[in-house]
Amino acid sequence: MTIVVAYTPDPAGSAALDLAVREARIRGEKLIVVNATKGEALVDARFASSGDLGQVDAQLSGLEHEIKQPVGVDVAELVLDEVRESGASLLVVGLRHRSPVGKLIMGSVSQRLLLDAPVPVFAVPAGRHTAS
Amino acid sequence: MDSINGLLDGFATALTPMNLMFACIGVILGTAVGVLPGIGPAMTVALLLPITYNVEPASAFIMFAGIYYGGMYGGSTTSILLNTPGESSSVITALEGNKMAKNGRAAQALATAAIGSFVAGSIGTALIVAFAPSIAELAVKLGAPSYFAIMVLALVAVTAVLGASKLRGFISLFLGLAVGLIGIDGLTGQNRLTFGVPLLADGIDIVVVAVAIFAIGEALWVAAHLRRRPVEVIPVGRPWMGKQDWGRSWRPWLRGTAYGFPFGALPAGGAELPTFLSYVTEKKLTKHPEEFGHGAIEGVAGPEAANNASAAGTLVPMLSLGLPTNATAAVMLAAMTGYGIQPGPGLFASNGDLVWALIASLFIGNALLLLLNLPLAPLWARLLRTPRPYLYAGILFFASLGAYAVNLQWFDLFLLLVFGLLGLLMRRFGLPVLPLIIGVILGPRLEIQLRQALQLADGSWGTLFSEPVAVVAYLVIAVLFLMPLLQRLFRRTPKET
Repeated sequence: MTIVVAYTPDPAGSAALDLAVREARIRGEKLIVVNATKGEALVDARFASSGDLGQVDAQLSGLEHEIKQPVGVDVAELVLDEVRESGASLLVVGLRHRSPVGKLIMGSVSQRLLLDAPVPVFAVPAGRHTAS
Repeated sequence: MDSINGLLDGFATALTPMNLMFACIGVILGTAVGVLPGIGPAMTVALLLPITYNVEPASAFIMFAGIYYGGMYGGSTTSILLNTPGESSSVITALEGNKMAKNGRAAQALATAAIGSFVAGSIGTALIVAFAPSIAELAVKLGAPSYFAIMVLALVAVTAVLGASKLRGFISLFLGLAVGLIGIDGLTGQNRLTFGVPLLADGIDIVVVAVAIFAIGEALWVAAHLRRRPVEVIPVGRPWMGKQDWGRSWRPWLRGTAYGFPFGALPAGGAELPTFLSYVTEKKLTKHPEEFGHGAIEGVAGPEAANNASAAGTLVPMLSLGLPTNATAAVMLAAMTGYGIQPGPGLFASNGDLVWALIASLFIGNALLLLLNLPLAPLWARLLRTPRPYLYAGILFFASLGAYAVNLQWFDLFLLLVFGLLGLLMRRFGLPVLPLIIGVILGPRLEIQLRQALQLADGSWGTLFSEPVAVVAYLVIAVLFLMPLLQRLFRRTPKET
């Protein structure tokens, strides 16, 4: 079995990654890190750079893992596709703090994942660090 | 010292609060579109052409001048931070600039590009003041045959010298000339290429063609490749330079200017050749040859200055002869025609106020750009995060609005679509769009000169060679055509011996 973590290079993403790494070590399962983007803008701050990915890779050393950066129409759908394809047992997401106006105007990837995931979801708020 | 007086009058016009505001809008808009790859100053000026219906000519041209120079600045920011040149002229800047940024010297690269552009732009604009009026004075005396020959030279040079493929260039040029023929012939009253459609009798408005080719074509092209893997942007603080950077930059700036201006001022103007020459020269002259290829500041300073100086140089044939040699100048010329101003050698005499205000605003815009760009570089870099769908939805909206506003006819929207599709196909098959636009703009004027010459000579074709300037122009054209052949011959002989 595998664990999928929805990763972004920000506090929410690193909180999710910390938790996912701990779970993967406890369960002895493979970890798939998904960092998806719509690819609409020339530069996307939430699309991990090679430097970010190097750090992630270092954090995952000793663990069977895979890092994926798909580009597609809907970021949540890309993560869910990965969950379905890999037959994952668990999905880990990080939650950002969002203002009421922000919630009203923009959709939330985390919310979509929580509602639509076919497997149990671990959700961790940004800034919460998990000892691994 | 007519030029000095004219220039002072120009400053008086350009420094009124209203015009200063237009200059500010121009440089901000210009930098923004320069930063975003794919959207250039030519497209922006084309989209803003409808503004010419209710804004004073001087104000409109002051804004266009700001966009023109601003686009050059913005392009260098993108090529340094992203290694994605926004314009073909900043390809060379990207070579060393991006390496510098990767080595953590993005701030210095941006600073030398901005200050170098300012230096080159100021010198270049001063050279316009020195040369354009006297060239115009000489050009007024030229007869129709000479003028015809110079226009043919400009068309051939733009098509054959710039761009990778001559064949593609000429396809594009002849498409443009054909579009320019549509409508009722002014001399005989015959319908040409109207296909029996009365709405085509007035010809196709250049605004519609320019907006369609630049804006709709590009928007469709981007829509066809909407999702791309984002590129990594190099974070940048406020640009600055140390003492050593200044010492290494000022000579390349001046040499770059010396390369850029004459190349821009020739009818075959373009920034690709001088930026490349400047790069090669700096590589040869540098005291730090080991740094070239790994981020040498000379390799940013020189080409960037050459780029801006050639942008200034391009305005010399445009203002003194009415010959545009790059896309933005071509669209600006279309704007002039929109105001009923006849571009050509008589421009300084007939619309001196306007021309001098335009030149003065180049100085002002240049200074504004330096003030804007040094502190605001991080902000410009953020612009790159704009999602393309929002950006291009806006472009399509303004394009349709602009095309409809020309004559308030639905037919123009149909034409917009047709030419937009043509623009998409041209991008798909690698046809350069510049020869087409210049063909549409110069084609009708070329025809007028040709017919005038022939009428004066009672239809004898020999008149085309009756003036020395014309003969020289034809010789240059012949050389341009024979150059590839000669090069091949010369390259072959040493091998055989």
